[in-house]
Amino acid sequence: MELNEKSNSGHKRKRKSADNTLKTLRRLLAVISILLITPLFLDFTGTWQTLFGWMAKIQFLPAVLSLNVLVIVGLLVLTVLFGRLYCSVICPLGIMQDGFAWFGKKAKKNRYSFSKAKSILRYLMLALMIVSLIAGISSMVAILAPYSAYGRIVSSLLQPVWIWGNNLLASWAENHDSYAFYQVEFWSKGYGVLVVAVTTLVILAILAWRNGRTYCNTICPVGTVLGFFSRFALFRIVIDKSKCVDCKLCSRNCKSACIDIPAHQIDYSRCVACFDCIGKCNKGALSYRYVGLSPKSTDSTDNSNVDGSRRQFLTVGALLGTSVAASAADKFVDGGLATIEDKKIPERKTRIAPPGAVSLRNLHQHCTACQLCISACPNGVLRPQTDIENFMQPESSYERGYCRPECTRCSDVCPAGAIKPLDAIGKSSVQIGHAVWVKANCVPVTDGVECGNCARHCPTGAITMVESDNGLKIPAVNTEKCIGCGACENLCPARPFSAIYVEGHENHRFI
Amino acid sequence: MSNNINRREFLKRLGIGSTLTGLALAGCKNAEKAVPEITDAAEGEMTYRKNPKTGENVSILGYGCMRWPTKPVEGGEEGEEEIDQEMVNRLVDTALEHGVNYFDTSPAYCKGKSEGATGIALSRHPRDSYYIATKLSNFAPQTHSREASIAMYHNSLKELQTDYIDYLLLHGVGMGGMEELHSRYLDNGVLDFLLKEREEGRIKNLGFSYHGDIEVFDWLLERHDEYKWDFVQIQLNYLDWQHSKELNPRNTNAEYLYEELRKRGIPAVIMEPLLGGRLAKVPDHIANRLLQREPEQSVASWAFRYAGSYPDVLTVLSGMTYMEHLEDNLKTYSPLKTLTEDEFAFLHETADLMMQYPTIPCNDCKYCMPCPYGIDIPANMLHYNKCVNEDNIPTSSQSPTYSKARRAFLVSLDRSVPKLRQANHCIGCGQCVPHCPQGIDIPGELHRIDEYVEKLRQQTV
Repeated sequence: MELNEKSNSGHKRKRKSADNTLKTLRRLLAVISILLITPLFLDFTGTWQTLFGWMAKIQFLPAVLSLNVLVIVGLLVLTVLFGRLYCSVICPLGIMQDGFAWFGKKAKKNRYSFSKAKSILRYLMLALMIVSLIAGISSMVAILAPYSAYGRIVSSLLQPVWIWGNNLLASWAENHDSYAFYQVEFWSKGYGVLVVAVTTLVILAILAWRNGRTYCNTICPVGTVLGFFSRFALFRIVIDKSKCVDCKLCSRNCKSACIDIPAHQIDYSRCVACFDCIGKCNKGALSYRYVGLSPKSTDSTDNSNVDGSRRQFLTVGALLGTSVAASAADKFVDGGLATIEDKKIPERKTRIAPPGAVSLRNLHQHCTACQLCISACPNGVLRPQTDIENFMQPESSYERGYCRPECTRCSDVCPAGAIKPLDAIGKSSVQIGHAVWVKANCVPVTDGVECGNCARHCPTGAITMVESDNGLKIPAVNTEKCIGCGACENLCPARPFSAIYVEGHENHRFI
Repeated sequence: MSNNINRREFLKRLGIGSTLTGLALAGCKNAEKAVPEITDAAEGEMTYRKNPKTGENVSILGYGCMRWPTKPVEGGEEGEEEIDQEMVNRLVDTALEHGVNYFDTSPAYCKGKSEGATGIALSRHPRDSYYIATKLSNFAPQTHSREASIAMYHNSLKELQTDYIDYLLLHGVGMGGMEELHSRYLDNGVLDFLLKEREEGRIKNLGFSYHGDIEVFDWLLERHDEYKWDFVQIQLNYLDWQHSKELNPRNTNAEYLYEELRKRGIPAVIMEPLLGGRLAKVPDHIANRLLQREPEQSVASWAFRYAGSYPDVLTVLSGMTYMEHLEDNLKTYSPLKTLTEDEFAFLHETADLMMQYPTIPCNDCKYCMPCPYGIDIPANMLHYNKCVNEDNIPTSSQSPTYSKARRAFLVSLDRSVPKLRQANHCIGCGQCVPHCPQGIDIPGELHRIDEYVEKLRQQTV
């Protein structure tokens, strides 16, 4: 087969180069796309997110979760027009897999072959996703969602490297009296996300290396949903039976394993419109063209499939419908330095969600655990949760820093509507929790010295220092004015447990 | 933190490098003078002043042992530092070689390690080739008792590996007023003990160092006939000559202090001639003003010449951490070119100009440290001063350099002070305040810095 390909390549070159334009264009777009989206999870300055934050917002599942109708409709229209281009040029996880597949193909040529659609598995996965969405099993949603899987891989594997590189530059800058770079503290946010990310990466790398887009066509719920629509795509790859010599070269280079040469059929629900096959065909039997609304106009249409598709189309409608319903229901000697003990996390009855999350429920229902907010948080506040139910979703804690009044980065970047956009002024009037005083730790009580550092740093003036038994002043918290930002908890001199800490609120409210 | 060390390390190496150059040059002193003179520290003879009582010649440059170089502790925690003894030895050797013979230390300096390090370095030389000054630093209430104070004195002898002290000082009288003077030296009979030690020759010269309450200074001088002070250590420099009181009403201008000593014929030992480096790290246009007048002399040299130009000054102390500091000072004082009337006026004018900069009068003496809550007090103030001098304190977001200055301030803050040791962690307990020889309202200044940093962060300047 390879010989054949080579001998033909000479006089076919001209035509082939024309056919390869689509593939080159797809590749170009894919590279641009992944180069734009990846830094979103790396940049700690907030610059990239301001410029290209929209790249996260056009991802399918986050758009569904945030009810971003414009994006959902746009992506569906794109799919109905051109097939699953989304999977080839927008989805970063898909592009990443193509990268592994490329190496796989380098290692062994013509390595793929046609396989039947694993429909039962696909629908099972989709059903699982829908059920998880409705039932609020957010950790399942998080594991299945493709975009967040990519986010986790980049934020837990690449961001440390990025920060390390930045810190090298920062020490260089410091030695040159330059303020171009500054040191960023790197801290371990727990191993849960790392384990999930590494596992995902390893599985995907192996699958993609060996079989191309297996994940996208068996597990990925977004792939399945888009597959329903791509069956009706107006532009499709079609096989010209009259030219086809049944050499299977196309099929053996199809990473979606969707070209059935004996039947001269292409499973459009699985085709990700990569255009690899077109260039591979020596006979020019494959082309990407307008086929219009009539499914009959292609040689490879299967009528029985259409009915099924229609049925599934309704399911998608139901999916969208449910997510709307779910959302509507949620209304959300001299010298020397004293050693400083690290702060420990107090046991909070209720978790703290960042401002914009509206409520814990909203956060849990919308978050796909992509880690974008966590990567973007410059104050060391956000970190992934560890409990099974809301695994890897963000929560706030204040032992490293506090939710600073001028910062709205997490709400700026969240693509899924889990943390809704807020401006700095709005953010400082959202009550996400309230401060609780712990007498046993308070420095005026324990050390007998004046303090008041909590009151001095409270951005809303919710803390007043009042006279206590020993004549020193202790904090009195007006919980109505407290927004739960954690300045008091973070700047409290008591260690390892602060004498004032924030208890989260289930539902946030404007004060 | 680690980068600070790197920088220090870098400077140290620079120091080693320039010393080697210096030594190499000394080795071929008689060769052609093709090399620039600047690198050769001591081209002439050190200037000496005569102690009127003992007749001994004291070098006008005295070595202050409060700022010995440090290095990271091997295998220690991050940021843990210890005195770099090897470097101390080399600094002491170089100083002695070039005629410095007065070494001033205290049991409190360098986390209590200064006397030991100084003792190690000096004991390698003949005892009669230098004079040791140390202090009875019984600041802590637990050391106010006669027994504890005398034990401290005896420990100084042990640490310094000697059986007599050339110059012994009551340390920092005036801090805490008359009350402290009574409990530290008078009521417990410690002063009587020291007078006796002088009588018996174990203390050659007895004096005191003064900061703070002027009542104490006057009270002690009124009793000069009784105590016969051999010397008194005061803070004198071209800024404090007339502006000390202006900076802090609790302080007294050096002009008054010096005059009181001169009237009584008591030699003055000068501390803080450079204000902990503040008279070396001056704003650009002040530096240019000085350099324009003497292009080949360092900015610091002006401050040293100023202090040395008063005839009743016995010695001028400089806490020289790096070899370059030592070399520059040796150059200034070998020999000292006393200031002309015109130059005195020029420096007083310079002081007037400097008063317009709202720097905090912190000299990085670290008496306030350690802060029980972990704040690096001097580092916060030095950073602030640096930004004042470099014009990186934006006062309006409309100013054209606002964003550049804001970034410089915030980035350099995190570089100079670890986050947990920054001003926003100051709880205002005030435990540091009585320790500050400059009488700085430390919590007030730290809270002011914190408020400013907060404004910069929130962009509400």
